[in-house]
Amino acid sequence: MTKEPLEEQVLQITADNNFGDVIVVGGGISGIQAALDLATTGYKVYLVDKAPTIGGKMAQLDKTFPTNDCSMCIESPKFIECDRHPNIEILTYTEVVSVEGEAGDFTITLNKKPRYIIESKCTGCTVCAEYCPVRIPDPFNQELSSNKAIHIFFSQAVPLVPYIDESCHFLRDGKCTICVGVCKNNAIDLHQKPEKRVVKVGAIVLAPGYDVFHPEVRGDYGYGKYQNVVTSLDFERLLCATGPHVGEILRPSDHKHPKKIAWIHCVGSRQTTDGGNSYCSSVCCTYIQKQVILAKDHDADMQAMIFHNDIRSYGKDFERFYQRAENLPGVKFIRSYVTVGREVPGSKNVTILYATTDDGVKEEEFDLVVLGVGLIPPANVERFAEIFGIGLNAHQFCNTNAATPIQTSRPGVFISGAFQGPLDIPESVVAASGANALVGELLKARRGKLSKERIYPEERDVSDEEIRVGVFACHCGANIGRVVDIPSLVDYSKTLSNVVHAEEGLFICSTDAAQQISNTIREKKLNRVIVAACTPKTHEPLFRDTLREGGLNQYFFDMANIREHCSWVHSKQKEEASQKAKDIVRMSVARVAHLEPLQEFDLPVNKTALVIGGGLAGMTSALSIANQGFEVHLLEKEANLGGMALRIPATLEGMDVQEYLRDLIRKIYEHPLVHVSHSASITDVSGYVGNFVTTVRSEGRTRIIKHGAAILATGAVEYRPVEYLYGKTDRVMTSVELGEQIALNDKKLTDARTLVMIQCVGCRQEDRNYCSRVCCTHSIKNALKLKDINPELDIYILFRDIRTYGYSEDYYREASGRDVKFIRYEPGNKPTVEAVNNGGSEILRVGVSDPVLGREFAIDADIVSLAAAVVSSEGTYEAARLFKVAVNQDGFFQEAHVKLRPVDFSAEGVYLCGTAHYPKHMSEAISQAYGAAGRAIALLSQDTVTASGSVCEVNQDTCVSCGACISVCTYGAITFNETNKAVVNSVLCKGDGLCNVVCPTSAISLKHYTDEELLNQIDAAIDRKQFEFENR
Amino acid sequence: MSAEHGFQPKIIGIICNWCCYGGADLCGVSRFQYPPHIRLIRVMCSARVDMFHVLRAFSNGQDGVFIGGCHLCDCHYVTNGNFTAFSMVQVFRKILKLIGIYPERLRIEWVSAGEGIRFANFMNEYSEELLKLGPVGKSEGMDGKTLALKLEAVKKLIPYIKLVLTQRLHVPVMTEEAYHEFFSSREFDRLFDELIADKLAISLITSLLREKSLSTGEIADSLGLSPSEVARHMIGSSRQGLVRYDVNSKCYNLA
Repeated sequence: MTKEPLEEQVLQITADNNFGDVIVVGGGISGIQAALDLATTGYKVYLVDKAPTIGGKMAQLDKTFPTNDCSMCIESPKFIECDRHPNIEILTYTEVVSVEGEAGDFTITLNKKPRYIIESKCTGCTVCAEYCPVRIPDPFNQELSSNKAIHIFFSQAVPLVPYIDESCHFLRDGKCTICVGVCKNNAIDLHQKPEKRVVKVGAIVLAPGYDVFHPEVRGDYGYGKYQNVVTSLDFERLLCATGPHVGEILRPSDHKHPKKIAWIHCVGSRQTTDGGNSYCSSVCCTYIQKQVILAKDHDADMQAMIFHNDIRSYGKDFERFYQRAENLPGVKFIRSYVTVGREVPGSKNVTILYATTDDGVKEEEFDLVVLGVGLIPPANVERFAEIFGIGLNAHQFCNTNAATPIQTSRPGVFISGAFQGPLDIPESVVAASGANALVGELLKARRGKLSKERIYPEERDVSDEEIRVGVFACHCGANIGRVVDIPSLVDYSKTLSNVVHAEEGLFICSTDAAQQISNTIREKKLNRVIVAACTPKTHEPLFRDTLREGGLNQYFFDMANIREHCSWVHSKQKEEASQKAKDIVRMSVARVAHLEPLQEFDLPVNKTALVIGGGLAGMTSALSIANQGFEVHLLEKEANLGGMALRIPATLEGMDVQEYLRDLIRKIYEHPLVHVSHSASITDVSGYVGNFVTTVRSEGRTRIIKHGAAILATGAVEYRPVEYLYGKTDRVMTSVELGEQIALNDKKLTDARTLVMIQCVGCRQEDRNYCSRVCCTHSIKNALKLKDINPELDIYILFRDIRTYGYSEDYYREASGRDVKFIRYEPGNKPTVEAVNNGGSEILRVGVSDPVLGREFAIDADIVSLAAAVVSSEGTYEAARLFKVAVNQDGFFQEAHVKLRPVDFSAEGVYLCGTAHYPKHMSEAISQAYGAAGRAIALLSQDTVTASGSVCEVNQDTCVSCGACISVCTYGAITFNETNKAVVNSVLCKGDGLCNVVCPTSAISLKHYTDEELLNQIDAAIDRKQFEFENR
Repeated sequence: MSAEHGFQPKIIGIICNWCCYGGADLCGVSRFQYPPHIRLIRVMCSARVDMFHVLRAFSNGQDGVFIGGCHLCDCHYVTNGNFTAFSMVQVFRKILKLIGIYPERLRIEWVSAGEGIRFANFMNEYSEELLKLGPVGKSEGMDGKTLALKLEAVKKLIPYIKLVLTQRLHVPVMTEEAYHEFFSSREFDRLFDELIADKLAISLITSLLREKSLSTGEIADSLGLSPSEVARHMIGSSRQGLVRYDVNSKCYNLA
């Protein structure tokens, strides 16, 4: 690939609609994040999904662990963001047919399936669905409820356009065109044909996601045979307020509330039997705990039994989440394999047989059984791989390797999300941002070439005009109009002071209606606009945009929410709802009179990055940023680069870590844009997003570095045990030390006959209530290595739960097969180690109590290896203090949002990666390092960042210098000026307004939510005329 | 507590954009029904709800004020502003009680953007409760003028109460338990009485005396305080030169 001709080519065809930079295949959360990051960085993106909407599996989940955030609530704003992004073209109901070309120059042929709707005409009013006579099982609700043959996939769908299922009367036998008749916009075309489209892109990001295991194939646990056996994804829908029974958990057979529910773990996972998958699906343990917690929320009296193998709570805050579920009353976790007995005639309850340590096998009856189904590769994955020319691994997921977790076997084709293998949401989001970084390395010359920015007309100065309010009341099809008397609302609005124009519309949000508002603003010289329709949370950005199009400051807008807060919640009280709508509009009119034009200001962005921590993660981030053409300063507190990885000879999969590190370090030093500071420490940080100033001391010199973004990769360290004779004898070592000694071929090891490994040393206990994630895998890696060297060596691994999630499960199985002995112990009965003199030579006697056999064992060992916890480093606390970012109670960095902003901090412009976030494996750290680089680049590629206009301001005359506002503002946005009055740094102010209420003199005020605006709204809530009439 | 015939409560709801507003939206999307009594106002954070706003709503004759925020520790902002809103409500409810208004009229609840049903439940419950309580003022046995006078006295103290809130009623640990514990503790009662209740009583008394001269007994009657308590305030206020005792009429005047 040569740069010059390509660039020319790009410029030549810029006008061509079928020329882009990147195609993202799959519109689930990972694809969405990849598209958003790429588009923001300055690439033109096609986001393709075969479903009628973007959203993927996450849209089907009720809540997300471990915070129990509502899944749709956090995901759907991203849909709108994609939809409005000028650099993203969303192509739903579309599949990739073929891919030709090479990295930098791919030709993609797409097939758009007919949805029988003209997307540009449809307003999403759903009248068609109301009239449609055909009911079909609803795919979004796992076919647990029905929907119409024409319907919108789910209510937050993007595009908000229905599709017609094949079961439509017309499509089957040419009868019935009712929907065509009722559509006021003539948006239905029952003769639509598939459309072929060819687009050219430079890179491909694959995010096809996963499928869930199909228990119906083998009839696992009676699924498909007994009605009251459901999958966990079915249960997810049952829990959900938008689910088949609007959030009531009703079992399929009789629609009654189940009082006793069983969950079965590992359905389709950790199995080597036919039709099962040998890997661990990684997410099921925790999602089952989530479902138990939520089900108990729904019905506090519900009894739950969870039949599990190892509980794999290996993620951040998962251990506490597990404890939360376990400690709920009426919830029992039982470690046992189970079989389903029978369906009880009459009640249709289902019995389960399980083993107990005391009473042998028991049979117990349940109202409902939920199968914790695992993740499997997406449907038709072989065909998919063939189309894109990529390799699959033994499990039929995408083939990647530990050092390049985001790359496929074909150059220019990247991967994001659970197509890598079983991943949870944050890891999928991380990989998406990582794909942005890797695409950026490939296409850096094209960045910004095709991207568009919106151009708005000049803003009108209205300061001398009298207030002229326009009210636009929306019928929203029938959603509002059927309940609220819109014509009378319009008449009423005209009587309100300052209102010079009021009109109604069927759909004010439709593109042409929005255009009409812009025109009306100009014609009627409106300087305040109210749209009485739906919620500002989804539509305010659209209408603010409309005001800008009309040459008006966007803050002169207000939404009167007469749908979500009125017609939909008072649908049977039309008169009262109509009155309430009038009140809401009157309040809005009172508010807008006091609105001020606010300027969102642009801050310049310094295009340099600072990376703190020269370990694997920090170096990977730094190099990726430099490879995309940005300058990077890399700080390392030690004299050498490499960090903790220097002590790891190889990974479980056999990657030579030291060789990889040497290569990476060489690239770092060779790169002209990377500046490394050794033995570095930071003495001061000031500034904010886009404009940080950091003072660094390194090797006797002090330097000031100006940078726009910072990545904190301060790493973690191994806990130094005080247990089990560690430090008292050199025969007790940590597993990292054991790994080092294996690599050195230490004589102690080669001569040893018995070796015991003790897991969970220093964590999963009160003072460190988390799982260190990597230790089970490390121990198994060491065990396998030792078996290679000395097959006669007796190895015992004393564990609580073996947490070899994902593909590592295969190595656990291998270790078992090679006679590594696994003995489980209970936390209340930890193993003991004592030094014993055995005929002149010292041995270590390890005592352990096996809860299954109920027996005490004593193992005489030559070596004891301790799987010591991973604990946060001092550098993490230091960096947190300097950059004013948070660490959690375990000392790891607290990301902005556990699920959807996993590498961002709440403080803008600061990102995180590596083990400072949480213990993780190398490939995970690398993935996250690319993720952080991708996020940082999305910022650094901008010339400016925009800050909201709704920030606080201090009236210097009334400020009494008490400092109350300063002490409550944890953003540090308020300081005293030279005259000891409070002043706000608008860049740091986030506009929450807390400072307003603590000010004794009301001297500080949040723009757009001033006392004047709010009090006028409050006053207008009472209809004065009506009130006086009543109180005569 | 007798509901007037045909009485429909008027409620102002001030709710945060990130959680409760989203919850109210989801409630609509899910078509959960609730009575049409509330008028909602959106703010970015529940912390933005000022005592002046609450006071104004009651002065306007609103029968209830509802504040909705994110669950504690789930605030969208790192300021954790909902704790501040919570504290404000605890103090304001005590003030309402002190001036003879049912404190239940002011309510604060946490609703996440995913809890449409929870929002509906609160709306149903709260409307029901206010329906039982009846119209503000009237059902507490005061006429509009007395209500206005009392609220005016509170309003004058708000700047001072804000200082008390930040300086003396600050809970050091930001957890739900710590806040609940503090605001249900005797220590809080004591601090409230010492720092706010007395000041408020005096403010109420001076407001009353602005209208006309009154005897200790008359003051006690109109404020629902014991005569001895009023006497204590009168002596203190006389010393400070706020009021003057007229021996002839046996009444107090403003100084």
